Amino acid sequence: MAIKDLPDTECVLPGSAACPGCPATMGLRIVFKALGKNTIMVVPACCTAVIESLHPHTSFDIPVMNIAFEAAAAGASGVEAALRQQGKEDTTVVAWAGDGGTYDIGIQALSGALERQTNFIYICYNNQIYSNTGIQRSGATPYGAWTTTTVDGKTEFRKEMGEIIQAHHIPYSAQACVSYPEDLYNKLKKAKGIKGPKYIEIMAPCPPGWRFSMEKTVDMGILAVETGAWALYEFENDKMTFNGKSKLILEKKIERKPIEEWIKYQGRFRHLFKPEKDVKKLKAIEEHTDQMWERYRACYL
Amino acid sequence: MKKYNVVTTISYPKKGAMGKTGSWRIFRPILDKAKCVKCLRCWIYCPEATIIRNKDDTVSIDYEYCKGCGICANVCKVKAITMEREVKKK
Repeated sequence: MAIKDLPDTECVLPGSAACPGCPATMGLRIVFKALGKNTIMVVPACCTAVIESLHPHTSFDIPVMNIAFEAAAAGASGVEAALRQQGKEDTTVVAWAGDGGTYDIGIQALSGALERQTNFIYICYNNQIYSNTGIQRSGATPYGAWTTTTVDGKTEFRKEMGEIIQAHHIPYSAQACVSYPEDLYNKLKKAKGIKGPKYIEIMAPCPPGWRFSMEKTVDMGILAVETGAWALYEFENDKMTFNGKSKLILEKKIERKPIEEWIKYQGRFRHLFKPEKDVKKLKAIEEHTDQMWERYRACYL
Repeated sequence: MKKYNVVTTISYPKKGAMGKTGSWRIFRPILDKAKCVKCLRCWIYCPEATIIRNKDDTVSIDYEYCKGCGICANVCKVKAITMEREVKKK
């Protein structure tokens, strides 16, 4: 699959309320290209609820239902049940939530929907903060990152949502990144063809939240994968497959770049470099990433 | 467009729901058609869908809505897109 082969379908209309360089709309464009127009999307409180723009107009050319923060997966279950009752089973139901609405607030509704084997796709676009409400820490925020509620840097490591999802043993779950559109497209296409609950998590580097300049969104995503801070993988019927650069890192065919390469461009980690380099914290981040990859190698190689 | 008669708030899709977002722009992407190799990287990465893909895989830019983030210029491998500062119209 090359970029040329991706369809022309465009359901994100220009002139939305997104910040310049927004990874969410970048991801949404690919999602709609893959799933087509016969899709119903459920959006809880997150940046996307703002990107839709103001009443009486919206920027999304498909049916979207806005719902309370914790209820994305529950709402999607309802929509799926109603469609099933009407015999419209070819319609894809998508829940599109941020990392706050997935890792923290929406986790019980999500876990419930996965357990009930609801036939839908849950997509979490992970920008590692509550960016819509003004950059607060979330369960996905990495260690040492500045947010408005962790001014000296977060003191805990992020949790592994992917592994929590895998514990539900659903037919398909995957991790992708906005910087690899073909990979994301393939994963969505595959998810669309599978019956049952599907979970896809998309790494979305947020320029205002991570404090980097807006033209660097794609570079930040690529570096997140190359430094090993984010892994691209698919978990299908309890079988793990790593994709792209992550596969090479897992098999030790290439050395992952030091994590410093990724975080030095981000203003949220600036206190680790200025006024002087905080070697201890940098080493802690590096060791944590090494541990994560060692765990992957022990489990899946 | 079909309007629905239901008792809830419905928004209808419209291009430019937040107005002409091109006015947000500080830097303007300029495409050099001679350098373009039709790789379509700018088209797929544009967060605003303002890079328009033509039938023959050439691209054109919708300046009415382009927010000027510069991602297209940054992902272009052959440097066919450059960012130039906007000048005030008289």
